[in-house]
Amino acid sequence: MSSASATTQPPARAGSVVTEGFAVRALLIGIAVVFLALFLVLPLVTVFIQAFAKGWSAYLAAFSEVDARSAIRLTLLTAAIAVPFNLVFGIMASWAIAKFEFRGKNLLVTLIDLPFSVSPVVSGLIYVLVFGAQGLLGPWLLEHDIQIIFAVPGIVLATIFVTFPFVARQLIPLMQEQGTAEEEAALTLGASGWHAFRTVTLPNIRWGLLYSVLLCNARAMGEFGAVSVVSGHIRGLTNTLPLHVEILYNEYNFVASFAVASLLAGLALVTLLVKSLLEWRFSAEIAAGARRH
Amino acid sequence: MTATMSSTPNARRLSRRRRVLALCAGSVGLVSAGLASALLTSGAAQAQTELLNVSYDPTRELYKEINAAFIEEWKAKTGETVTVRAAHGGSGSQARTVIDGIPADVVTLGIPSDIDAISRLSKKIPADWRTKLPNEGLPYTSTVVFLVRKGNPKGVKDWGDLVKPDVKVITPNPKTSAGGRWNFLAAWGYAYEKEGKNVDKANAFVGQLYKQVPVLDTGARGSTVTFAQRGLGDVLPTWENEAYLVFDEFGRDKFDVVVPPTSIYAEPPVALVDANVDKKGTRKQAEAYLQFLYTDKAQAIFAKHHYRPIKREAAKPEHLAQLPELKLFKIEDLQGNWDDIQKKNFDNGGLFDQLSKPPQ
Repeated sequence: MSSASATTQPPARAGSVVTEGFAVRALLIGIAVVFLALFLVLPLVTVFIQAFAKGWSAYLAAFSEVDARSAIRLTLLTAAIAVPFNLVFGIMASWAIAKFEFRGKNLLVTLIDLPFSVSPVVSGLIYVLVFGAQGLLGPWLLEHDIQIIFAVPGIVLATIFVTFPFVARQLIPLMQEQGTAEEEAALTLGASGWHAFRTVTLPNIRWGLLYSVLLCNARAMGEFGAVSVVSGHIRGLTNTLPLHVEILYNEYNFVASFAVASLLAGLALVTLLVKSLLEWRFSAEIAAGARRH
Repeated sequence: MTATMSSTPNARRLSRRRRVLALCAGSVGLVSAGLASALLTSGAAQAQTELLNVSYDPTRELYKEINAAFIEEWKAKTGETVTVRAAHGGSGSQARTVIDGIPADVVTLGIPSDIDAISRLSKKIPADWRTKLPNEGLPYTSTVVFLVRKGNPKGVKDWGDLVKPDVKVITPNPKTSAGGRWNFLAAWGYAYEKEGKNVDKANAFVGQLYKQVPVLDTGARGSTVTFAQRGLGDVLPTWENEAYLVFDEFGRDKFDVVVPPTSIYAEPPVALVDANVDKKGTRKQAEAYLQFLYTDKAQAIFAKHHYRPIKREAAKPEHLAQLPELKLFKIEDLQGNWDDIQKKNFDNGGLFDQLSKPPQ
């Protein structure tokens, strides 16, 4: 088993080994900065400029609309279900993979990665093929009057699918590096499995866990492709924020469209900010946690 | 920041931990509050009758007004409050969602073959749906006109000008979009009549036309945004209503509408989704909604949004004046029934596929 390096290591030790001259360094840094400015910062700024193109009242009006409210509600609801689900699943999966040996472990790791490598459109379509009226379970669902596709359950399912790997991928290398020694010690001292998990494992992984939940949440709220396929785009019912942005844009309602988009962009910024803040405030503890064993 | 921290490292860690805990608890509380409110409001919304109209792409503004008018009239007539929800997208993909199980009460699509497809593949609509409503399920008709850049710099006057060497045409994908299919059929019909009813020459004309299309969007609205907002292409053959909507949204100083001497008689039909309304118990309201489309009030709204009402006398004269007279041909007269039209042109291996194959 190859032990992966801790992904949460802050980039602290750099600089001294570089032998390139000043000009080369300046050029490389310059290219990176220009690239970031052109392809990341500029579009992001444009979102906010467009959103405020007609002033505050037009900006706020975009959120008082009924359909916008329902899109916000649905997005929160989806994240509120998908994130805890993936949190529990992710901890269980990475626990099993990092602490136990069993057949088919590599296959499981590959499967967990699958949603990252599959196009989101395909992720949505597989649910249509399984739960759609013409799909595998369609007739049965129809008989029992259960609506999954083109309703909230389908949107939640598709979101869970695309955000599946976030927690597990972050935790597996972390847990693998920490090994099983501390848990074994706790168990020999008479702790129950649950107690050992709560007092030993969980504190060891908490920072990795927090990051992954943040990222998972950002993706859950921002997912477009998979959700678009299963949504059916019923106004006020099955549109999430990203879908609502597209609808407004297609109705030439550019200010409202970018206003709602700015909400998503703001969410991304807050996610980044919290992540950096945590890294900065707790860098010592994170490093200690990774080094402890 | 450092000034507010306690002095000993242990105490500091403890207070940090507490803060993190509070943060976590706070966010959990926030999320559950959101969850609760979402559940509550969705529960409240389900108490009243809801109709779902699954429609094609350019009718967003139209049905906003129609729905409001219907809700008001239904309330006045019966005292019942109904909610009419709408979903819009390329006509073909909308038909697909109905087949895959979206609980639509009525469909108002862009082309008859899409309703035929729902009927054939899902049996939720009877095959004889054309006979259930007046005028074969057509409360209004439309046609295809050209939207060009201001001053018409490429001199586009008729369908033949679309294949001039330096003209770029923006049109949606006929596989998914009804507007795209009307454009395709209109161009074909034009060439067929012009070339003395020669099928091969008509096919070649359409093939050349699609070689000059840089972007194939999935729906008519997507193409409009590509042309008007992103500034691609020289001419946008599109639904008459869509062309005038761009006028209203972007200002008349940027575009001109060119009405060709002949164009197609476009038929966007409506139908009840029988299986769904019986299941949901909304037959009465859904039928009333479709009947409402034939009333004077709705007919006037169609004309206002640049659709061609079947009762012209119900529309305001100034709205009628914006619907110019031109020679319209019916594609059925040239190609036979809709099953054939769909199969020959747009199904897998049909004319569109043959024409868009890369040259060997």
